[in-house]
Amino acid sequence: MIVDVIVIGGGASGLAAAISVKKRNKQVLLIERENELGGILNQCIHNGFGLEVFKEEYTGPEYAYKFIEEFNDLKIDYLLNTTVIKLVKNGDEFVVTISSTAQGLKEIKAKAVIISSGCYERTRGQIAMPGERPRGVITAGSAQRYLNINGYMVGKKAFILGSGDIGLIMARRMHLEGAEVLGVAEIMPYSNGLNRNIVQCLNDFDIPLYLSHTVTNVESDDSKRLKAITIQQVDERFNPISGTEKRFEVDTLLLSIGLIPDITLLDDLSVEVDQKTKSSKINQAYETSVPGLFICGNSLQVHDLVDNVSKESSRAGNCTADFLENKFKPRKKINIIPGKNILYVAPQYLDFGWDFTDLIISFRSSKKLEKAIAKVYQGDNLVYQKRRTFVVPAEMETISFPYQELNDSQDIRVELEEL
Amino acid sequence: MAKEFICIVCPRGCHVSVDDLGKITGNQCKRGETYVINEMTNPKRVLTTTVKTIFPEVPRASVKTKEAIPKGLIYQAMALINQVVIEKEMHIGEVIIPNILNTGVDVVLTKEIRRKEER
Ligand SMILES: Cc1cc2nc3c(=O)[nH]c(=O)nc-3n(C[C@H](O)[C@H](O)[C@H](O)COP(=O)(O)OP(=O)(O)OC[C@H]3O[C@@H](n4cnc5c(N)ncnc54)[C@H](O)[C@@H]3O)c2cc1C
Ligand code: SF4
Repeated sequence: MIVDVIVIGGGASGLAAAISVKKRNKQVLLIERENELGGILNQCIHNGFGLEVFKEEYTGPEYAYKFIEEFNDLKIDYLLNTTVIKLVKNGDEFVVTISSTAQGLKEIKAKAVIISSGCYERTRGQIAMPGERPRGVITAGSAQRYLNINGYMVGKKAFILGSGDIGLIMARRMHLEGAEVLGVAEIMPYSNGLNRNIVQCLNDFDIPLYLSHTVTNVESDDSKRLKAITIQQVDERFNPISGTEKRFEVDTLLLSIGLIPDITLLDDLSVEVDQKTKSSKINQAYETSVPGLFICGNSLQVHDLVDNVSKESSRAGNCTADFLENKFKPRKKINIIPGKNILYVAPQYLDFGWDFTDLIISFRSSKKLEKAIAKVYQGDNLVYQKRRTFVVPAEMETISFPYQELNDSQDIRVELEEL
Repeated sequence: MAKEFICIVCPRGCHVSVDDLGKITGNQCKRGETYVINEMTNPKRVLTTTVKTIFPEVPRASVKTKEAIPKGLIYQAMALINQVVIEKEMHIGEVIIPNILNTGVDVVLTKEIRRKEER
């Protein structure tokens, strides 16, 4: 037996992708390794989800439920407690190896695959943090999961390294559950989290934010439990400035130092990886360099708004259906290149074999710009521009424009011009 | 002196300023104006947290105040919510504590409480 589409991961992304494939009357099987659908949203019990899609503000589990209901109404097949451990392509067929305690190992074949496996958190090993390696240093997302899903609080006195949204949200959450949160240190001169989280998670509870600061020492007690940390201010080149040391006695250090797309499943396939997004490069149809292999959600690029995840993934699902209907004849492709003040762009290719009306490009800025114009050039030709205010690296931006005027002989460049 | 606010009504987080004459600028939509006026008179927040359940497969259930409640009542509300234990299967949106602290606002479930299905 061969199914039309296998969707890997049942978070916001996988749900939306599966729904849109099913609506095109294709057969879908979604595979999720946890014991419920919803992904990371299940542990994000705070509100702030869905304003763009539903014009109303939901908590993470409520937002997930909206999609789970539709998913169930469409009677889409899915497996829980099942992990995809291997993905290969044989000729035109994908072979997906799954593993579960109930069924053991099993292979399933598919004509197309959508990767929506989310992202993982950067850990201490991925940044050079000096000092001892005691218990009590954990990622903010793991702490969030323990607390909100299992009801287990990781510590009583905490400090947070990194001002990403998860860290900010956990600062408030632990504070409200009775822990003492002594502060948040951020190595950059600006916060990486959304403004609203600085206000309602830190300022509301007088939790100090130390910008341009990092942790420079970690001490443990005799039982190898975290005892204290030291933070220090850094200069423009991120070198610690001596004399600025502050020591905090804490039993927990939460790390909120970045998310990385989880593309471990792509290891056996020769996809082209973008060093900036740390994920596969794609064309405007969310297709990787392997035909029939699509990717979306946080496994494509780390999103700050779930609304964008849902919209993107439902487009990816539609493109997968197009692929199955042979609406795509590979033709010439051109590069989409990040220009001035742009950290990355996705898609990285525009393929003229896909029939589209609009080209949608997501990007992040490489620095904070109060006022800017997003400009798209083909060669010297300005093909699109739009004004933007308060552009920050922490917030993903999206532009969309008709691409009939574009030609297939020159690359496209996206820029942000400071005003 | 002009006062600066960051609107937290939606993730956009507009920088809104109010000058001495009470003129409000910087908000990208009407809700930003309402937010700033409330923030200057009676700041309110939606409280989200969890309650215990008796089901080992779902030990915690998430809840929220259906509307924002006065900021000053947040700690008292937490103390009340922490006493609740869910003992039966319940639906998303069901009321856990009606009219908490006489605010007129209910605390509701934000998750379906069901024993995990076998799949
Ligand atoms: C802490 C936090 C706070 C956030 N706050 C907000 C907010 O306030 N507002 C907002 O709009 N957005 C917010 N976001 C962003 C948004 O919620 C996420 O970007 C979005 O939910 C991600 O969806 P996803 O499906 O891409 O990933 P996930 O939800 O992570 O889903 C991936 C799924 O794939 C499964 N999986 C992975 N690998 C395999 C495998 N090999 N086999 C089987 N299954 C697998 C995982 O178990 C998981 O369920 C927040 C994100 C985080 C992390
Ligand atoms: S002013 Fe409007 S757009 Fe701006 S943050 Fe507030 S609610 Fe959002």
